[in-house]
Amino acid sequence: MQDTTPYFRRLVLIWLVSSVVLTALVVFVLAPGLPPGNATVQSSAAVVDNTVLFGISTPIALAVLLCLGYCLVVFRERPGSDTTLEGPAVRGNSSIQLWWLVITTTTVLFLAVFGSIELLKDGAGGGQGPNPLSVPAGHAIQVQVIAQQWEFTYRYPGYGGVETNSLEIPANSLIEFHVTSLDVIHSFWAYQLGVKADANPGEDNIAYVNTKAPLNFEVHCAELCGVYHGYMYNSGKVVPKAEFASWIAQQQKTFAPVSGNLPKYSRSYFPAPDRRGG
Amino acid sequence: MTVIESTVPVEKSLRQRLIGFNLLTAIILSLVGWWIGHLIGSWINTPSTTYYGTEAGYNDIEVFLGYFFGVVGFLVGLGFANYPVRRMLGHPASLPDHAEVTEPGIWKYLRLSVDHKIVGLQYLGGIGVFFAVGGLNAMLIRTELLSPSTHVFGPNQYLTLVGVHGSMMMGMMTSGILGPFANWVVPMMIGTRRMAFPRIEALTFWLLMAAGVILITTIFFGGFQTGWTGYEPLSDQGTAGFDAYIGFFALVGLGMCLLGLNLMVTIVTMRAPGLTWSRLPIFCWSVLATCVLMVLASPMLIACLLMGAMDRTAQTAFFIPGNGGSAALYQNLFWVFGHPEVYVLAIPGFGIVLELVPVFCRKPLWGYRTAVAGMLGVALLSFFVWQHHLFVSGIDSDLRPFYMLSTEIISLPTGFTFLCVLGTMWRGRIRLTVPMLFCMGWAFNFLFGGISGVFLSDVPSDVDTHGSFFVMAHFHYTIMGGLVFTFFAAIYYWGPKMTGFNFSERLGKIHFWMMFLAFNSTFGPLFALGILGMPRRVVTYPSNLQALNIWVSVSAFVLGVSMLVFLWNVVQSLVFKREVSDPNPWDSKSAEWQLPTPVPAYDFIEWPDIGPEPYPYGQPLETPSGAVPAGGVAPAGGMT
Repeated sequence: MQDTTPYFRRLVLIWLVSSVVLTALVVFVLAPGLPPGNATVQSSAAVVDNTVLFGISTPIALAVLLCLGYCLVVFRERPGSDTTLEGPAVRGNSSIQLWWLVITTTTVLFLAVFGSIELLKDGAGGGQGPNPLSVPAGHAIQVQVIAQQWEFTYRYPGYGGVETNSLEIPANSLIEFHVTSLDVIHSFWAYQLGVKADANPGEDNIAYVNTKAPLNFEVHCAELCGVYHGYMYNSGKVVPKAEFASWIAQQQKTFAPVSGNLPKYSRSYFPAPDRRGG
Repeated sequence: MTVIESTVPVEKSLRQRLIGFNLLTAIILSLVGWWIGHLIGSWINTPSTTYYGTEAGYNDIEVFLGYFFGVVGFLVGLGFANYPVRRMLGHPASLPDHAEVTEPGIWKYLRLSVDHKIVGLQYLGGIGVFFAVGGLNAMLIRTELLSPSTHVFGPNQYLTLVGVHGSMMMGMMTSGILGPFANWVVPMMIGTRRMAFPRIEALTFWLLMAAGVILITTIFFGGFQTGWTGYEPLSDQGTAGFDAYIGFFALVGLGMCLLGLNLMVTIVTMRAPGLTWSRLPIFCWSVLATCVLMVLASPMLIACLLMGAMDRTAQTAFFIPGNGGSAALYQNLFWVFGHPEVYVLAIPGFGIVLELVPVFCRKPLWGYRTAVAGMLGVALLSFFVWQHHLFVSGIDSDLRPFYMLSTEIISLPTGFTFLCVLGTMWRGRIRLTVPMLFCMGWAFNFLFGGISGVFLSDVPSDVDTHGSFFVMAHFHYTIMGGLVFTFFAAIYYWGPKMTGFNFSERLGKIHFWMMFLAFNSTFGPLFALGILGMPRRVVTYPSNLQALNIWVSVSAFVLGVSMLVFLWNVVQSLVFKREVSDPNPWDSKSAEWQLPTPVPAYDFIEWPDIGPEPYPYGQPLETPSGAVPAGGVAPAGGMT
């Protein structure tokens, strides 16, 4: 007695309808509103990237979940039914296995190619090490981010190497962050900007960001760096270009006595070998 | 094979039990060993070699030597030296007898035993204790995170809790399935009476217990602030508390390597006649795939920790940038071990699910070869993905597309496991017992764990989520939602056979639903917290995230309570009700269920019958003769 109910066709139908509805909802309603937002070119690109990932993973997740749920509802042994009955002794189906392999491989290869293109376009705001592969076109304003236990300071080599303890960057500009550390590994994370780069002692880690409109953003340390890791955050500002010019001039004046005592601007600094904080 | 009569042990008095080679002697000798190491260490560590000065009243050499001699004393006290010493004195080589299996009471679990059934239960109990410690740490972490500022613990205590929780769970759960269940069940599944190296089997268990105690001793030396990853050069700043981390993970690594070697040799060389590779139960395949990872990856961990230990004691500078070392070297070495390690946690879970689903769907395993290929594929690929942990760390930027590709490719063999589970369930007769519920919990949780992993493997997306609570949610979905759910599936499935007593089905279902809902309610919102910009391992966070954090903490407490339900189930079943279990309550056709309960001392009287099919479930198909489902394994004769 072979059961001829078209289970598979029913499941496919349920999946088609629900995945069209849900994927549309996810792609057009949920994903575009998610952080990091649209403050920079890189964060907008990350939103687009996440939207594509959501769009692809929603139907896949639904296929697995619906199949699981469908099996549990339809093929469940009802209480009181004949417990000596067993399922059909099917041990595989090569065409299904082949199709599964083809579909998942295609999806994965598409994701890898898409991700690589997005990444190689402008580095996606991630730290690219001392020799970046993807350099966005245009004149870059360099900002060095110096992490140490447990604060960030910022040096502007284009403005006499002045070192400030708050971050301001001009709007509608290309910013080249040089992230480094004086002691242990930290990570410079400004999530509204879509930037994250680890700060390694003695190394220069470069990340690019194209700012858009002015805004205030948070800076967090994203790599465990010791006891006060949880307190290692501050805030920064994207400001109009004119405002940035006057701010940096003010900083140069204020910190002129300090700047004279700073070490010469360098891509990286080595920690004192015998320093032991903790 | 001949029947071997086991001798009936004589009843002993309490005094007789306490004197001799047992846990009590081991603890006393380990304290003596600690004291000897301490003396030698303080003698070596003259002021001229004190690099950083002494913190918390201890120097690193003292602590390391104390741990070393402590562990040696512990092992000698348990009796690990007896056999080698006897051999050196000219006594003939012998295999240990299994007489202790029939001894009543819990005394047999408190001393060295080389019977795989006793070691399996020792593992279950021992890991359970440390699992509870790690879980309580998680409760304390969530208590602190109820408020955006520090209110219960200071930052140092908090980070020590985070580090001990992470290390304890990662270290203990490497043996979470392989220790209790593979040791207990694999010999029976493959038709042998023991493991290939019974003494090594016992050694791996006691090493793990020593490791767990060492990790806890960190609280006496100031704790450690590095989390379970122990990144350099931060860890080099740490007090002697970090030595506990090194001692712990080095012993875990040693235990992992030996456990993997032992199980691998057992499965490869000791299968019963007729048990060909294509008849091997799928759980044994998952164990084999895991063992390959354990044996190849853990030496990397030990080497990397040794270099760290030398930086702390012998004034080398492998990882100290100011002295010419490299911090990135540690990250690379650690993750060359660390990424295979997370698959050491995942693959046994695949094996449990694939092993249990045919039993509870009354169908043969669908796509046996695909399932095997999936697990071996994951094992192989896991050695080629480690730099996805370093996407924003400043690695050479040409490498990132490659690691993005290799990481995404690893989702293909993982997908095979899902395909085989769904294929087996399709048109089955599904019995929603407690173990099956936990397997379904695995499927649900691991799906989200896997999909969030695809987001993390995509570099542009990873830039926003790297090092955030999103990552934390991701690996809790794969490890807690994956491994721990299958761990409980295995307890509820094999528990009646291992202990001889039935567990309460009603309490089991309450446990499952409470754990499943609380788990998702705890870790689901953590994805959101990560996307909203909350970094991992912070003791403070922006106050606008407090509502979500309170939600997560309350859910975590409910998750903790669900473990108490489980504990009550165990206590009630084993201590109060003691309802003797049926030899085969699940109507399973696997070899271990054909044995009587409790399993006799020597497991088998003669070679078990090996059928042509590992999963002879299901009604033969009513197809014209020869019309075998394409691609599937032909339903060979001899099916019941």
